[in-house]
Amino acid sequence: MKRAKKTHNGGNGTKQDVWNLRLYIAGHTAKSLAALSNLETICEQHLHGKFHVEVVDLLKDPQLASGDQILAIPTLVRRLPPPMKKIIGDLSKTDRVLVGLDLRPS
Amino acid sequence: MSNHQPKSKNGIEKAPTGIRGLDEITGGGLPRGRPTLVCGGPGCGKTMLGMEFLARGARDFEEPGVFVAFEETTPELKVNFSSTEFDIAGLCGRKKLLFEHVRVERSEIEETGEYDLEGLFIRLKAAIDAIGAKRLVLDTVESLFGSFQNTGILRAELRRLFRWLKDKGMTAVVTAETGEGKLTRHGLEEYVADCVIFLDHRVMNQNSVRRLRVVKYRGSQHGSNEYPYLIEKGGFSVLPLSSLILDHKASLQRVSTGIAGLDEMLGGKGLFRGSSILISGGAGTGKSSIAAHFLQAACQRGERALIFASEQSSDEFTRNMRSIGIDLERWVRRGLLRFQGTRAGFCGLEKHLVMFEQEIAEFTPKVIVVDPITNYGSLGDSNEVKAMMTRLIDLFKSRHITALFTSLTSTGHEAEDSVVGISSLMDTWILLRNLEVDGERNRGLYVLKSRGMAHSNQIREFLLTDKGAKLVNVYVGPQGLLTGSARVRQQAEDRAFARRQQEDAQQQRAELGLKRQHMETEISRLRAKFESEARELQGSLRAAKGRDESASGERMEAARARQAVASSDRRRTRHGANGSGETALSALEEVTLEKM
Repeated sequence: MKRAKKTHNGGNGTKQDVWNLRLYIAGHTAKSLAALSNLETICEQHLHGKFHVEVVDLLKDPQLASGDQILAIPTLVRRLPPPMKKIIGDLSKTDRVLVGLDLRPS
Repeated sequence: MSNHQPKSKNGIEKAPTGIRGLDEITGGGLPRGRPTLVCGGPGCGKTMLGMEFLARGARDFEEPGVFVAFEETTPELKVNFSSTEFDIAGLCGRKKLLFEHVRVERSEIEETGEYDLEGLFIRLKAAIDAIGAKRLVLDTVESLFGSFQNTGILRAELRRLFRWLKDKGMTAVVTAETGEGKLTRHGLEEYVADCVIFLDHRVMNQNSVRRLRVVKYRGSQHGSNEYPYLIEKGGFSVLPLSSLILDHKASLQRVSTGIAGLDEMLGGKGLFRGSSILISGGAGTGKSSIAAHFLQAACQRGERALIFASEQSSDEFTRNMRSIGIDLERWVRRGLLRFQGTRAGFCGLEKHLVMFEQEIAEFTPKVIVVDPITNYGSLGDSNEVKAMMTRLIDLFKSRHITALFTSLTSTGHEAEDSVVGISSLMDTWILLRNLEVDGERNRGLYVLKSRGMAHSNQIREFLLTDKGAKLVNVYVGPQGLLTGSARVRQQAEDRAFARRQQEDAQQQRAELGLKRQHMETEISRLRAKFESEARELQGSLRAAKGRDESASGERMEAARARQAVASSDRRRTRHGANGSGETALSALEEVTLEKM
């Protein structure tokens, strides 16, 4: 299941400013669901609609795990803007998520 | 005899590694369908062991394998293994082998809550399914500890991983780095409890020494010693390659030493096939010459013979032996004799042992000479050397190879001291000695021991002639033991003495004959004398008798004339005179006969 969860491209930002995120999950586990909802909240609050989230379920597409060197589930990958960033876990620790995504200095 | 090679029925099922020696130590291989932990310090060959396990499995046992590399990338690994004899690229191309590089860099990762390692599981499953793998290597899974902060989660996930591998029936090798005072830095042995192999790499006496030990093997017998191992082009080799148990078959067959006199000293028949012989002696006592005879005898029987010469090249050896009338080159040309010449210091003991083993496997000789064995003594401490010798002798015995070792004893030492440790391993020990007498040096030989056969207790003089080695009896006389020219001189003297004695006897015999002749002449002279005397005596007796008769006639006439004389008196007188004369004659005859 590869699905574009949400694409908000409105507002005043250019295309370069759009964040490209990919969330790797493995089935609809509690951790996956928690990660999804946490991600949604954070994106709404901090990215102001300038984001694109792709959810990859490795149970459906296991071959995609190697490309981004995925081990831990859930893993969120910031593909854009560079450099690539990886954060793992259910994204419940918002502070750490913001640090990991460079939305707040560590 | 106990079952030192347990069958899979008796214990757990095993997956052969195909790695030389390892399958023997583990009694058939690694536990099938279970993970095995291979731990050791950096550079000990963990990765190599894992790789060879997969490559051999894929190539020789129809078991495809996945190599999960946590530290090196796939191209790096392929380059690393390209120096081995395995066709890694080919195996990958035929989908027998698959590399999966798992890279985790801590700097990239921020932990934001609960997670698990399901991603790793999914990747492993995908790789396994892609080629239908039966074997798997995780090299080294411990690097995950550097990537994830939450060790609680990590440990739980590793535990789950190993259980998962078992459930999938994967025969797995998990490598880990040795920690301080622990088998592994992160205590992986806790999770992988079925089989643990420890690799040790150290440097001793400027020689790199590698040792392998099976720390545990649940549900199986295994050799628990430290075994030397090597990594070379042919891959990983673990020693010993044979005999955890002393169960060599003892042969009653005898083989000649090639020197008739020596065979004679050894119960008249020579050595037992498959036995080990030590020839020790100082420099120039003729050790190599005995070895050459031994080789020649084997080749003449049509047996293959192998010599490990660490002091003379094959050319030198053949040239030198030609001087005592042994043509070894002929046998080399006919493929019965092979030289293996390497300096002892060229490599460590283990490497030598592997070279021995390889040569034997390739050439399958019946007879081996190691000339000299003493050179290997400098390559380690006495325990190691003895261990190596034990393995070497085991190796030879297990293949029924009759092996002859020469040993150089240094001057100023008792010969018996200089080969400490190895002499007890030998079945037959022949000692060569320089005997210095009268300004010359001669060689003496004796059999110090020879198990299981009557052997001579005599010291023989050992001669090297242009027709080969000869043994002659030494001269033991009142002056002590004589050899060389002293012996020759003494032998000449002995001959002269014998001749003198013979002459004396002849002379005595002649004298005796003369005496007898003399005696017989004397006897015949005496007899003649007696006979003439007897005749004389008889003549006079007869004359006396005649006188007596005439006298009695005269008396009768007178009586008749007087008629007064009594008749009884007359009769007695006549009788008495007649009788006494006859008695005297016979007595004389008797005496004469007695004297003769």
